[in-house]
Amino acid sequence: MLKYANPTNFLALAARVIPWLAWATALALAAGLYLTFFVAPDDYQQGSSVKIMYIHVPAAWLSMMCYMVMASAALGTLVWRHPLADAAQKAAAPLGAAFTLLCLVTGSLWGKPMWGTWWVWDARLTSVLVLFLIYLGLIGLWRTIEEPAQAARAAAILTLVGVVNIPIIKFSVDWWNTLHQPSSVFKLGGPAISGSMLWPLLVMAVAFTLLFFCLHLMAVRNEILRRRLRRLSILAASAEDAESDPELEPAQ
Amino acid sequence: MGSHQPSSPLAALFRREIRIARSIGGGGGMGVVFFLILVSLTPFAIGPDMNLLARIGPAILWIAALLATLLGLDRLFQGDADDGSLDLFTMSATPLELVVLVKCAAHWGLTALPLIVAAPVLGLTLGLEPSALAGVAASLLAGTPALTLLGAIGAALTAGLRRGGLLMAVLILPLTVPVLIFGVAAAAAASGGTVPFHTPFLILCALSLISIAGAPFAAAAALRAREA
Repeated sequence: MLKYANPTNFLALAARVIPWLAWATALALAAGLYLTFFVAPDDYQQGSSVKIMYIHVPAAWLSMMCYMVMASAALGTLVWRHPLADAAQKAAAPLGAAFTLLCLVTGSLWGKPMWGTWWVWDARLTSVLVLFLIYLGLIGLWRTIEEPAQAARAAAILTLVGVVNIPIIKFSVDWWNTLHQPSSVFKLGGPAISGSMLWPLLVMAVAFTLLFFCLHLMAVRNEILRRRLRRLSILAASAEDAESDPELEPAQ
Repeated sequence: MGSHQPSSPLAALFRREIRIARSIGGGGGMGVVFFLILVSLTPFAIGPDMNLLARIGPAILWIAALLATLLGLDRLFQGDADDGSLDLFTMSATPLELVVLVKCAAHWGLTALPLIVAAPVLGLTLGLEPSALAGVAASLLAGTPALTLLGAIGAALTAGLRRGGLLMAVLILPLTVPVLIFGVAAAAAASGGTVPFHTPFLILCALSLISIAGAPFAAAAALRAREA
């Protein structure tokens, strides 16, 4: 990790890794979508609309995983002052918001035919909505504070304060009576769904994870380049001042 | 002239907060007026059906108290950030966490306490029963410390920023949702129903205690993070 604290090393790594990740993502997504549409069985009750699950559930898992990645980066910023942690945090926020929005929208589209309602204020949906709002608040905080290091520290604190929401989301269906169904995959006693549905789900989850890491690496790379651009602009502006200001002339 | 023991820095800070708030004005009084306006807006919007208003009365009072508290908290660190006192607090021997706690205590006494007193009176305009009025007051008493301290985290994060007030509300309102849920549950449980009053009330007290224990650290960290 220490080697990649140097942004140049990281950029070199990113240039090597991103193409492989992108191909792996494309293959995994292709495999997952093929399994979803042509292999996975219809549900005996829900028919083929159960296949929304193959996007909704991985998006939900990713929205929480992205927050944990962001929280680890926040620790990296506050505790170890790792320079890449700032960029990793900032890059993860819009990705997490996108996955959460995807989860909420696909859930809504699934809920209307299945439950008869677009939305219900039960514990699971409410806590995921709160997660979405926290992501949006973080994005707002990143945009409002101009100095990148200061923004990173403020965002890190807010991220760590909001991490309490993640276990609430996970256990909301166990702690409260919810319309959303209880845990079916990650629970004691093993998954409760049949193998023919579980395998496409896991393949889609792997595909989404690869997608996240690919996009995240690209976003971190872009953030590093953006910061360099900012630094160069500041230097260029003060160099212009220096040219016209006789006191700032270098000694002859 | 007899010798004069200097008071502890925290006590002096507390008195300073009260003096500043009194001289600036717009502390407790403005908050209560805002509270009154918010509570009045709901019957204008919903209509004067007293049964309906009585049913949602606790919720209206809680939302109005939440917004009134939050909007007042925007100024918690702003004045100190502007005139440099915040830098003095950060550098002083007194822990910044205790400074935050004392400022929140002063703010709670000046802003939230008048709201708690005004809430039962405004509850009458919404047609609440005496038991519901008592429940609202008790739940606000237990829950406003949590609101104040969570808001202090937001105020610390956004001190000195433009548009800080709006951003602060966006950051903190999602975190205050549990306080709101249990606060309204306690207020509604006070007027009867299947849930005993003490269940949500004790959880509300727990939320406030957790805030008192944890929020000063987050707010102090946010204040220290402000130095570039």
